[in-house]
Amino acid sequence: MLVDAQTVRRIAHLARIAVAEEEVEHLRGELNAILAFVEQLTELDVAGVEPMTSVIPTKMNRREDKITDGGIPDAIVKNAPAIDDHFFVVPKVVE
Amino acid sequence: MPDILTSLTLAEAREALRGRKFSAVELAQAHLSAMEQARVLNAYVLETPDRALAMAREADARLARGEPRPLEGLALGIKDMFATKDVRTTACSRMLENFVPTYESTVTANLWRDGAVMLGKLNNDEFAMGSSNESSVFGPVISPWRRTRARASNVPLVPGGSSGGSAAAVAAGLCLGATGTDTGGSIRQPAALTGIVGIKPTYGRCSRWGIVAYASSLDQAGPLARCVRDAAILLRSMAGYDLKDATSVDQDVPDYEAAVGKSIRAMRIGIPKEYRVDGMAPEIERLWTQGMQWLKTAGAEIVEVSLPHTRYALPAYYIVAPAEASSNLARYDGVRYGLRASARDIMDMYQSTRAQGFGAEVRRRIMIGTYVLSAGYYEAYYLRAQKVRTLIKRDFDNVFADGVHAVLAPATPSAAFALEDKSTSDPVAMYLNDVFTVTVNMAGLPGICVPAGLSEEGLPLGLQLIGRAFEEETLFSLAQVIEQAAGRFSPQRWW
Repeated sequence: MLVDAQTVRRIAHLARIAVAEEEVEHLRGELNAILAFVEQLTELDVAGVEPMTSVIPTKMNRREDKITDGGIPDAIVKNAPAIDDHFFVVPKVVE
Repeated sequence: MPDILTSLTLAEAREALRGRKFSAVELAQAHLSAMEQARVLNAYVLETPDRALAMAREADARLARGEPRPLEGLALGIKDMFATKDVRTTACSRMLENFVPTYESTVTANLWRDGAVMLGKLNNDEFAMGSSNESSVFGPVISPWRRTRARASNVPLVPGGSSGGSAAAVAAGLCLGATGTDTGGSIRQPAALTGIVGIKPTYGRCSRWGIVAYASSLDQAGPLARCVRDAAILLRSMAGYDLKDATSVDQDVPDYEAAVGKSIRAMRIGIPKEYRVDGMAPEIERLWTQGMQWLKTAGAEIVEVSLPHTRYALPAYYIVAPAEASSNLARYDGVRYGLRASARDIMDMYQSTRAQGFGAEVRRRIMIGTYVLSAGYYEAYYLRAQKVRTLIKRDFDNVFADGVHAVLAPATPSAAFALEDKSTSDPVAMYLNDVFTVTVNMAGLPGICVPAGLSEEGLPLGLQLIGRAFEEETLFSLAQVIEQAAGRFSPQRWW
């Protein structure tokens, strides 16, 4: 299953990574090299095999359902690129 | 005096501090000055001398009162994947170049709780994606090792990756030990290439909380150190149950150091025939045979075993890891933290931020991950890879059920390679470095790499031992036998 230039653009859009037109061909080559490498998995018969969901069989611990953290808005927004008071500021979304 | 202080093992420094042979401040200063002289290696991306000296003074006060904690005054380097409160943490990515966490990772908090001293933050491949430490935004780490052959002796070599800064710093005496993270071999491969010890513990042994996420079902933290005992000492402090990581395992942490030097008599060691890959370098093959001999001499029984799905581990990894990375790294959107590119609208902001903030290898893996998870491909790629993972784990389960205590294998397909040797060509050529280490992450098992000899070019080579889940102690006992037989290896200082 090899990807074409159109698919590279579609993946880049899904991944929200801007890709310049002149990068597409190069990326296509690299992605196809990786996809060709992983293609060997199709040799294996995996019928009836359960997909792995957890490497170590453990039961998930549940903690008491109560608030244990919070009240730290300054810390939450400290690394934000743009804030107004304790709000994250983004470019206008709705006209 | 300073040179002596930076060549001690962590265990030796611990004894000397408790015996008041020198102070924790002197120990920290000796390392800070070694770091300054070794900047050409580019092992540290941030030196924290003020923090180091403050922590060392506190350690000296505790030592004076006769109340030392397990790691009191011991000077460590921290991979820049661990969030450190009020100390810049970047994952060596432009995306996080100004990120200063307001919290501390659980693993580093455990080290400080036990009295360790932080010297600074160590270089790594960007977001821990790489096997040569060349994808860091701070530039590559240069290995302290050089080839001994006259003609090639000036060629700068890679330290391996992604924990390349950690490995170089430990090997060059720029810290007594370091933290690393290992998703496909990122502790063990650089440890092997720099002649030191590195262990990836069982998945769930160390908390992942506060570690910059790459592939969550594979990531584990572990120590890099100059000898087996040091690695055992560090792991005991790093490990432990943590409510903040739902995958951390609620099991007591044993005294790993007590396992160092224990007899390995009657242990069964499996030699997986599938690791004898085509075109294996004769020196790797010799090293492996030598390792079997050493363990046999110490009383272990060597048996051939089969791990039939070994060759599928690396391709399955390059589906699972990018898939998880693409989800994990979706958080870098330019809104809450990290880089924000200037943009005309919000879509442009996301796309430009991520194009500018991520380097080439990270972008590549996010795109592969996005593709294999996209509608219509999920079953063909991701689901199939997770099924293959079940088969890989089953291979190990079968071998261990047959009474095998650990598996002995090479650590890497070759010794360290030159800078730019593999980073400029096909990405798959670089991925093949992890062919012997990646199975361990896929199965969640513990694996230790221990130096076992030098290549014909005078570069360190390592052996790897793979154990049953939560049986790190067995690995420390076995690795100690190899260390005792092989000796320890340090680079000639040229910097």
